[in-house]
Amino acid sequence: MKKFINDIDHVMRESLGGLVEAHPQLLRAEFEPTFIARAERAVNKVALLSGGGSGHEPLHAGFVGRGMLDAACPGQVFTSPTPDQMLAAAEAAHAGRGVLFIVKNYAGDSMNFQMAAEMLELENATVIVNDDVAVENSTHTTGRRGVAGTVMVEKMTGAAAEAGASLMECKAVGDRVNTATASMGVAFTSCTVPAAGRATFEIGDDEMEVGVGIHGEPGRRREKLKPAAAIVDDLLGPILADLRPQVGREVLLHVNGFGGTPQMELYLLYHCAAKQLRALGLEPVRSLVGNYTTSLEMAGASLTVTLLDDELKLLWDAPVHTAALHW
Amino acid sequence: MNTVLILDALVAVQRSILANESQIESLDRAIGDGDHFINVRRGCEVLVAMRPELHGLEPAAALQKIGLKLLGTIGGASGPLISSFFIAMGKSLAGLPEPGRREFAAAFTAGVEAIKSRGRADVGEKTMLDVLIPAARLLSRLTEEDAALPELCGQMTAEAERNMLATKDMIATKGRAYFLGERALGHIDPGCKTCEVAIRAVCDTVVQQELA
Repeated sequence: MKKFINDIDHVMRESLGGLVEAHPQLLRAEFEPTFIARAERAVNKVALLSGGGSGHEPLHAGFVGRGMLDAACPGQVFTSPTPDQMLAAAEAAHAGRGVLFIVKNYAGDSMNFQMAAEMLELENATVIVNDDVAVENSTHTTGRRGVAGTVMVEKMTGAAAEAGASLMECKAVGDRVNTATASMGVAFTSCTVPAAGRATFEIGDDEMEVGVGIHGEPGRRREKLKPAAAIVDDLLGPILADLRPQVGREVLLHVNGFGGTPQMELYLLYHCAAKQLRALGLEPVRSLVGNYTTSLEMAGASLTVTLLDDELKLLWDAPVHTAALHW
Repeated sequence: MNTVLILDALVAVQRSILANESQIESLDRAIGDGDHFINVRRGCEVLVAMRPELHGLEPAAALQKIGLKLLGTIGGASGPLISSFFIAMGKSLAGLPEPGRREFAAAFTAGVEAIKSRGRADVGEKTMLDVLIPAARLLSRLTEEDAALPELCGQMTAEAERNMLATKDMIATKGRAYFLGERALGHIDPGCKTCEVAIRAVCDTVVQQELA
């Protein structure tokens, strides 16, 4: 394992320390229990709180700031944070109008946030993100995972909260963005959880995992590598089958790197995917390309499509000032 | 049963978990996401370290403290599930300074029920419940039958091992292995392996204490 580490037990703390030291005007960190909050608590708005296992940076702490989240709770690598973190973050971030939890749909995250929501004495609601179409949805199972589409949910809901929306209005926006968003990814390599010290799964030099998640967990099937345009077709197929957009619909296209794929290839993917969308009669009018929902150093990428309307476009375009996203 | 037994069992469970590190880890790498062993080890470490705090408490209070500690320590799915188990056990034993075998069996069942309702899962879904639910049933039955302690512990250990191995042929519908679909076939559930190791360690501790 080749990683920048001083002490395996201090990786998270030192990394979060660096994040707030690099952005002192934006962020502050607490460690007993751990959460990242805006440097200054917002005033008279719904507080947006997210969290999840570490290893997906900049998700979620990199999205704390004006126009997006109020606080984020990082867990251990790929492990959900605990209710005490969420309660402390909620107390520190709430600004008089309730707390909205944004939770990626995994058994651990759901249960920990659910317990926090049960214990929290402030008015609160929860948006569950489950944009990953690689997994079939079913009421008998854990259901689809929350992956890169989480950024769209956090950005647009954050803009709504900043504009003064109520707790229930913010929840409605979050649910609506989630429904309008679908993602699917492919991995070329595995990744190494620092505390485990070796790759989570083995994969051949000429192979890829299709439908991979963001925890180094294997996907639905393994295939031989193929040209980027063909991979894009394989990912967009299930995404569009899920969203069923009408011809002429404006969309946001997000190409997300998993941490080990260079920007050059991510833009190449954007080129292929935008072309394919236009060929199908859709209009990619907003974009986001880069490493936003990562899986440590995994090579690979996911595509996310969000169906837009005038309101969602306004919410996407609204100013945002966070460590990882700002305009 | 008393708190000293609980504390001895914690140490025994930690020792067995560490001894089975490579197997538990490789199972989780196969169908999980590689953090299960690390989380279980962290949970064991904080519990063993908090023994001085637990010493002198009644079993109910000790179990509740264990549950709350784990809730703030483990995270992931195992955190709320395992902590629900201990908190429900503690609740079930409230007011009993030295619970007998029947009370313990009822508390164990209450703990397993708490995992079931928190995780909304049942047997056959390739989760730790595939070991725990049959274990609770067997413990209740053997307790009803007044089985001798070594016999009871021997049967519990064998049953846990059998059910752990049986998860190999299951497709997961809950937990992280669910995302794999049929690719989870042929792999034992890592959570079941951990539970089997823990049950064996607790049974060994109980038998040793009986003999001592």
